[in-house]
Amino acid sequence: MKRLGPFVLERRLAPPRHVVFGVSLLAVVVALLLAALVFWAYGVSPVRAYSEIGRGTLGTVGGLSDIVRRAIPLILCGVGLTLSFRAQFWNIGAEGQLLAGAVAATGVALFVRVPDGFRLPLMFLAGFSAGAVWALIPALLRVKLRVNEVISTLMMNYIMAYIVEWLVHGPWKGPTMRGFAYTDMFPVAARLPYLTGTRIHWPTLVVGVAAAILVALLLARTRLGYEIRVVGQSPDAARYAGINFTTVLALALVVSGGLAALAGVGEVAGVHWRLRSPGHVSMGYGYTAIIVAWLARGSPLAAIFTALLFGLIFAAGDLMKTTLGLPFQITGVFNGLILFSLISSDLLMYWRVRLASKEKAWTGQAGS
Amino acid sequence: MDWTSWLVGTVSRALAFGVPLLWGTLGEIYAERSGIVNLGVEGMMILGAYAGFAVAQTYGHPGWGLLAAAAVGMVAALWHAFLTVTLRANQYVSGLALTLFGLGLAGLLGRGWEGRPLRAPLGSLAVPVLGDLPVLGPMLFRDQTVLTYLGIVAALVLWIVLFRTRWGIVVRSVGESPATADAVGIHVGLVRYLCVAVGGLLAGVGGGYLSVAYRPSWTEGMTAGMGWIVIALTIFASWNPLRAIWGAFFFGALYHLSFRLQAYVSPELLKMMPYAFAILVLAVSGFGGARRRGGAPGALGLPYVRGER
Repeated sequence: MKRLGPFVLERRLAPPRHVVFGVSLLAVVVALLLAALVFWAYGVSPVRAYSEIGRGTLGTVGGLSDIVRRAIPLILCGVGLTLSFRAQFWNIGAEGQLLAGAVAATGVALFVRVPDGFRLPLMFLAGFSAGAVWALIPALLRVKLRVNEVISTLMMNYIMAYIVEWLVHGPWKGPTMRGFAYTDMFPVAARLPYLTGTRIHWPTLVVGVAAAILVALLLARTRLGYEIRVVGQSPDAARYAGINFTTVLALALVVSGGLAALAGVGEVAGVHWRLRSPGHVSMGYGYTAIIVAWLARGSPLAAIFTALLFGLIFAAGDLMKTTLGLPFQITGVFNGLILFSLISSDLLMYWRVRLASKEKAWTGQAGS
Repeated sequence: MDWTSWLVGTVSRALAFGVPLLWGTLGEIYAERSGIVNLGVEGMMILGAYAGFAVAQTYGHPGWGLLAAAAVGMVAALWHAFLTVTLRANQYVSGLALTLFGLGLAGLLGRGWEGRPLRAPLGSLAVPVLGDLPVLGPMLFRDQTVLTYLGIVAALVLWIVLFRTRWGIVVRSVGESPATADAVGIHVGLVRYLCVAVGGLLAGVGGGYLSVAYRPSWTEGMTAGMGWIVIALTIFASWNPLRAIWGAFFFGALYHLSFRLQAYVSPELLKMMPYAFAILVLAVSGFGGARRRGGAPGALGLPYVRGER
């Protein structure tokens, strides 16, 4: 306990839910205020910028549908990452896992002969498997050879990005796409349908929301979920309890990577209808999803809402480019600022401020 | 093909390419030796690269550019230190935030500067007598900037400080066991701030080298993942500044070869080589030293709170 003028600061072990929510919201607001400084430095009035953003994204059907469209990959990657983070596995590789899914889906869409009705399901299946394998490698490297997963998952992002580059410049370059680094367009049977009047590829959205619910159930109600939480909170306790560390981590990462890969399937089958350079397929969704999962404090259901928030930021980035002439990199600055202020606020949640009564103050001094 | 000229060219370019990796790795070694992981190296390097270019272009002297790069890297690192030491935030997430923020900010600020050659680049230095040696001259002593040699000198000095002086013992004990260091009267927080700041300064110089000396121009994302290679190299070098020299120049050679071999293999596949090697190198060192944790500082990644374990 510490005294600060008329207030005392008390340590608390587990912050209640409304405090977590309130503090997180405060952190986002502080980040937006800091971002206002960036606008101002760029010669754009922050008031005008924020009102333009509000009107253009939340105020129109097109704007709202853009937010959801951007949020779809973030939901899938973010939900997957909550599972990795619960197991205390620092999976920074959602970006590469997403791209792996995009590659596998493109392979099925263009080069596999299946009846039309099976093509999309098979694309999702192939995508999930590719992402699962891509995430499994760093998990096994960590368990067997103690390779730091932050490095390995990141390096795998770069490797997958160059594989995509190679495919679209080389073997998969579409014969009909002269000069451009694209594959051919997907056949109609390999394109996802839109929600009427919008450009929301709804099957991916349904998969994402279902995944969030299933992962929440997995964590809360199943043996595997319990084991994942134990492995994350105390590897030693897990070992004493006879939990197989390798199996649990591998399963968690298969799901985590597989879900991120489904986001990639959604992007190529629902947005681009072809594979193109990695920066266009993903725009950094895999990295942003880390913030999505972090802001959701490891809860898959909360990740749906935090993903929508970052969908808004991406949509705002598009808007700022077209209406205010600001470069798209501003979303990166936004994301960085939000993450900074979120982690700074962590400490705040574990302290309770209240007015000191005389008695309290006295015990406080005696106690410390 | 003339083998001597091929070898001379390769070694000389590998050295030049390894320099930013060396500076960055030396910095990260110091930060991690004090117990703080800084995953923001990529962000600090790109901010350094931008600041170095902008200042050198404005004031017409590469020296000012490099100073600015160092200062900017240090300020960015201090922010990480504030979050992780004072606020005890998660070090991984803070570092990632620094990288995201740095890449975004440098991209934002650098838009007007893109595609223009630097009017005052840092030239290469012909070492007087050694530069005239037949093969070794052009290989090592003619096409390098002063930062190649300064980097090697820095590695030596930092090694001596870390392993042969009292200050080094202080830094290492803070990283191994902050509670013990605290008990003997060392200010743990201050030491960590200083080490992280030095780390940012060196990473800033590494970034500045890219835009002021190696490729005197500004391109968005010109660090191209080098900051992450640096973090892998830190582990590969077992947190030892002397071993960082070999590691950095080995990866410099890989980067160079990924350009050199483009006549035979497709460039996209070659470019993934350094990243694949980074995983391979860590896997191999894990295979060898799995029992000893590879010599990582004992309290790496853990915040220190007096009275708590």
